[in-house]
Amino acid sequence: MKIHEYQAKELFRKFGVPVPRGKAAFSVEEAKAVGAELGVFPVVVKAQIHAGGRGKGGGVKLAKTAAEVDQYASAILGMTLVTHQTGPEGKLVQKLLVEEGLPIEKELYLSVLPDRATAKIVFMASEAGGMDIEEVAAKTPEKIIKVYIDPLLGFKGFHANELAYGLNLKPELIKQFNAMVAALYKLCVDYDCSLLEINPLVLTKDNRVIALDGKINFDDNAIYRHKDIAEYRDLTEEDPAEVEASKFDLNYIKMPGGNIGNMVNGAGLAMATMDIIQQAGGAPANFLDVGGGASAEQVENGFRIILADPAVKGVLINIFGGILRCDRLANGVVEAAKKVGINIPVVIRMEGTNVEQGREILEKSGLNLITAKDVSDAAQKIAAVAKG
Amino acid sequence: MSIWVDNNTKLVVQGITGKEGQFHTMNCKAYGTNVVAGVTPGKGGQNVEGIPVFNTVAKAVKETGANAAMVFVPPPFCADAILESIEAGIPLIVAITEGIPVMDMLKVKNYLKGSKSRLIGPNCPGIITPGQCKIGIQPGNIHTPGPVGIVSRSGTLTYEAVHQIGTMGIGQSTVIGIGGDPVNGTNFIDCLSAFQADPQTKAIIMVGEIGGSAEEEAADFVQKNVTKPVIGFIAGLTAPPGRRMGHAGAIISGSSGTAQGKIKAMQAAGITVVENLGEMGKIAKVAFAKVI
Repeated sequence: MKIHEYQAKELFRKFGVPVPRGKAAFSVEEAKAVGAELGVFPVVVKAQIHAGGRGKGGGVKLAKTAAEVDQYASAILGMTLVTHQTGPEGKLVQKLLVEEGLPIEKELYLSVLPDRATAKIVFMASEAGGMDIEEVAAKTPEKIIKVYIDPLLGFKGFHANELAYGLNLKPELIKQFNAMVAALYKLCVDYDCSLLEINPLVLTKDNRVIALDGKINFDDNAIYRHKDIAEYRDLTEEDPAEVEASKFDLNYIKMPGGNIGNMVNGAGLAMATMDIIQQAGGAPANFLDVGGGASAEQVENGFRIILADPAVKGVLINIFGGILRCDRLANGVVEAAKKVGINIPVVIRMEGTNVEQGREILEKSGLNLITAKDVSDAAQKIAAVAKG
Repeated sequence: MSIWVDNNTKLVVQGITGKEGQFHTMNCKAYGTNVVAGVTPGKGGQNVEGIPVFNTVAKAVKETGANAAMVFVPPPFCADAILESIEAGIPLIVAITEGIPVMDMLKVKNYLKGSKSRLIGPNCPGIITPGQCKIGIQPGNIHTPGPVGIVSRSGTLTYEAVHQIGTMGIGQSTVIGIGGDPVNGTNFIDCLSAFQADPQTKAIIMVGEIGGSAEEEAADFVQKNVTKPVIGFIAGLTAPPGRRMGHAGAIISGSSGTAQGKIKAMQAAGITVVENLGEMGKIAKVAFAKVI
């Protein structure tokens, strides 16, 4: 789960990680009030969306007067911000963060996250702050320091020193920096963060270390134990169809530009099914994992969500039943199809116990259900139908 | 021969009294697995269709000599259940549960290092040696004993692989689902290494997917250490970056973890890559013709 920068900074404050003075604003009036409250200039007006690259897209402006706060807040609030992470359709800006500007001396990069390859918590830091870290990693990997922490040992003083001295910090900054990284480690572990990134982390001319930006992603599997984080969820930042699917424990992801809906049991098989649709000359409209069991109710909800996308010209159902019996599955599909009212072709490939009976049920249903004998056959049939 | 599970495996099921746990326990038993015990705290002394239930794994091991565990405990308590089996000295722990927080698994993974236990999963279909022992939620009936070892990150995609080579008349030595989570107990390399050492296994299929770098590391291992023919498949060529594709571990971050990168690494290591899922059986038949 993703949250906004202003929410990440609330958590930073709670854990004692220094951030600029400022507040979220949901209207131009509120933005002006926050600007006045700060009582200093310049003031930074920042668009709050769940995507990076906001500055380059025109979503971050430095206001030198109250009039400029008004001007920039009016311009940014309600704009559709397009960045390299939003896709060409962009994202509507509905929230702002208004903060004091700082006398910046140097910009650093800092992140902490669980590392899947080593099963440790890793801090990554670089003196090349404010830049795209992927690019730094690709071009100048020696500029990135990595410090790995065994979660059974925890964060120790020497870990902080490795980071501080690796970043060539001035001696007068080391104490506050070390306290800050210890706090970030605690935040990451206590709140099950899957990524905690500060880019840039700034060193100011008056010798302070401050998180100028803040990005936190959380492990979806751990949200159940953080009720306060669950409240941070902003549904307006998510695809409505995906939100709807999640209510039924369905895993749905819309694929822009596709026209073949598909419904599969199991994430790996679902990805492979999307791939084979494309290899057959079609374009998958979605990823949809109905879970290993694929119950009739799941299939029905899956149909509704897929068919709500007007681009879909045909649907492929690929179910490897296994323990699930195919005759029962076929009955479920027929019932769901009748209930939802399907008027586009549906190709079904299923495998498992009683597969012959299952196919017979589909063929005798009187619906536009096309059976396929294996995955290749299914992909070719659906691609042909969708082109049709 | 086979790897890790066979006729001598004695299974204890953690979470045996839950709906899923009970259903799949009975399926394993019906397949021929020697299920000797179940564990559910607070239900010790009861039995599930004749299988004795204990309050703790330690007690179950002491009373029954269980040497493998299957874990069906819900996510909030699952890491604890796995640690309990490690502490009880169980050599093989198979965790089926989906949705364990990564932070919990980091601790389990680091604790495993100094132990005598091997963990398979979590979020996996399990392990099966056809005709001998099934630990997990796989459909037993699609498997046949034979010479091919299969290791996979996905559940139903593993069944697809078993089914396709099955229709070509090729059976399996052992089939292992290592799970779709970012942090798991057993990785591709552990399985490849065991398959290489197992005399029954003549050829290997590895099924991977987007996310992380396990397939690239496995490819490197194959190039250096595996003399048996290997075919590989990667799911997720069409997956968009930055999106979690169902499995918690199936996510392309930036430029790493892409299907293209993994396929390239496998090809460079001499692995025969199946690019079209529908052709896995046919390609296996040709690629394995010399050894089986």
